[in-house]
Amino acid sequence: MSLIAFLGTLETGLIFALVALGVYLSFRILQFPDLTVDGSFPLGAAVSAILIVNGVNPFPATLVACVAGAGAGLITAWLNVRLKILHLLASILTMIALYSINLRIMGRPNVALLGEETVFTPLEMIGVPSYVSIPAALAVLIVIAKFGMDRFLNSEIGLAMRATGANARMARAQGINTNFYILLGMALSNALVALAGALFAQSQGAADVTMGVGVIVVGLAAVIGGEAVILPRTVFLATLACVAGSLMYRFAVALALNADFIGLKAQDLNLITALLVAGAMVLPSVRAPVKRALVKDKRVVGPLK
Amino acid sequence: MIEVQDLRITFGAGTPMETPALRGISLDIPEGQFVTVIGSNGAGKTTLLNALSGETIPDTGRVLIDGADVTAWPTYQRAKLAARVFQDPMAGSCANLSIIENLGLANARGRKRTIGAATGKALREKARSRLARLELGLEDRLDDPMELLSGGQRQAVSLLMATFNPMKILLLDEHTAALDPKIAAFVIELTRTIVEERKLTTMMVTHSMRQALDVGERTIMLHEGQIVLDVSGDERKGLKVEDLLHMFEKVRGEELDDDTLLLG
Repeated sequence: MSLIAFLGTLETGLIFALVALGVYLSFRILQFPDLTVDGSFPLGAAVSAILIVNGVNPFPATLVACVAGAGAGLITAWLNVRLKILHLLASILTMIALYSINLRIMGRPNVALLGEETVFTPLEMIGVPSYVSIPAALAVLIVIAKFGMDRFLNSEIGLAMRATGANARMARAQGINTNFYILLGMALSNALVALAGALFAQSQGAADVTMGVGVIVVGLAAVIGGEAVILPRTVFLATLACVAGSLMYRFAVALALNADFIGLKAQDLNLITALLVAGAMVLPSVRAPVKRALVKDKRVVGPLK
Repeated sequence: MIEVQDLRITFGAGTPMETPALRGISLDIPEGQFVTVIGSNGAGKTTLLNALSGETIPDTGRVLIDGADVTAWPTYQRAKLAARVFQDPMAGSCANLSIIENLGLANARGRKRTIGAATGKALREKARSRLARLELGLEDRLDDPMELLSGGQRQAVSLLMATFNPMKILLLDEHTAALDPKIAAFVIELTRTIVEERKLTTMMVTHSMRQALDVGERTIMLHEGQIVLDVSGDERKGLKVEDLLHMFEKVRGEELDDDTLLLG
C-alpha cells in the first residue's frame, strides 16, 4: 500500500467514523435499527453539493446539509413514535422517499464539485499536499466529535436518552419523555450521517444519488467490529470503538482489495462488508463454545472471565 | 392526597378477550397515609397502580393527586408527583448504567433536564450518604454497573431512586415478591423507615396478607375490580391473617351467588 493510498483510506475511514457515531446513537443508545442513513448520507451530499455549485459558501452549505439530515431522522422517529409504525419499517420508508427527494434536490443523478470551493479549500493555504492536510483536518474533527459525543451522553439529557433505549418503562417512571428523546436522538444521529455525506461528496468531488447504498451496513460494521476489539464498558470506550471500527473496516477492505492473490475486485466490496459484519456479529457466540471446549479439556485452569 | 373517582378500565373492550379490570373504584387517601392493597390474581391491583402512575389511561373516572386532576397526564409528567417501584427488580433501573448514573436519572426527576453533567460532585456526595444508609456497601461501588448487583440490592436501589427527589405519592407494586424472604424483610423495613421519616403518602400492593396487615395503617382488598374491604384504625388492629383469609374466602364464596359470574 502506497502512502497516498494509505492516507486516502484514512480519510474515508475518518469520514465514516461520523457515520459510525451516528449509527451508534440510533442502533446502540436508542436500540432503533435505523436504515434512514442510506438516505440521509446522500441527502447531506446532495444538499451541500447543490448549494455549493449555486455559489453558497461551503461552510453554511455543510451546516444546512446537517439540518436536512436531522429533518430526515425526525421524520423516521415521528413515523415510529406518533404513527406507531415499526421502527425498522419507518426507517425504510424514509430511506425510499429520500431517494426521490435527493434526485429532486440535485435535479439530476449526480453533481460534480470539481473546481468548486469546498470546506477543504482553506487547507490549501497551509502548503501541505491535500492528501495529507485533509485527513489531518478530519482527524481533528473526529476527535472533537468523539469527545463532544462523550460529553453529551454523560449530560442529564444524554443520560435520559440512554435510559430511553435501555429501559423505556423505567425512564418514563423517572419523568423522562421517551418520545422526545427518540426524536432528539434520531435527529442527532442523522445529522451526523448527513455531515459525513456532505464531507464525503466534497472530498470525492461529487455527490451521487446512489452513494448511500450500504452506508448502514458500513456503519454497523464499524460499530460492531469496533466493539469486538474494544469492549464498550463506558461511553468513552464505546465511541472510541466506533472510530477504531470505522478505520479498521476501511483498512481491512483496502487490504483485501490490494491483495492480488485473493483475486478480489472493487465490485466485491459489499460482499466483503456483509461477511465482515456477519463475522463480527457471531464472534461473541463463537467465543463461548471455544471457552467451554477449553474448560472441558482442562487445559485452562483458574477462573474464567 | 390521592383521590380516585369511579375508575373503570376494561381491556380489549368489544373483543372476545374483553376483560373488565377495574369496575368502579372510588378511593380517598389523605396525606401521609400508608395503604396496603391485597387481592387475588386478576383482582385489578396492578391496574389500579398503573392508573395512578399513568401507564394505563382509564375508560371513565378521574384520578386526582394533590388536588390536581392528572387523569390525562402521561406517565413522565406524573413522575414529578408519583414515584414507583416495580415488582421486577430488573425493571426499576438500567442494567448497563452504573449505580451513580441510575441515581443521576432519579436526581433529575421532576425538573427540566439540562446539558450539564449528570453525575457531578454534589450528586456523588448525596448518593454516597443515601446509599450508606442501606448498609450494603454500595456507597463504595458508585461506578459499578447495575447488572453486577443482586436482585435485593437492585430493589433497594430502586426504592432509593423512587424516593431520591421530593414527590407526593409513592407506589409500590409487590416490590418484595421476587425476593427471598430475608431480603424481602430487609426491603420492607427499609420501606417502612423511608415512608415514616418522609411522611409519604404510600400505596403498596402485596400478595402477602401478613405484610398487608403488618405494614401501613389502612388495608384495601380488591376483588374482580372492586373494593370489597377497606379497614383502618382499631378495626384493622384487631384483624388477624386468619380473619383476612376468612373474608377472602367469603368474598369468593358469595361470588358464586352473584349472577354476573353465573350469567356472565
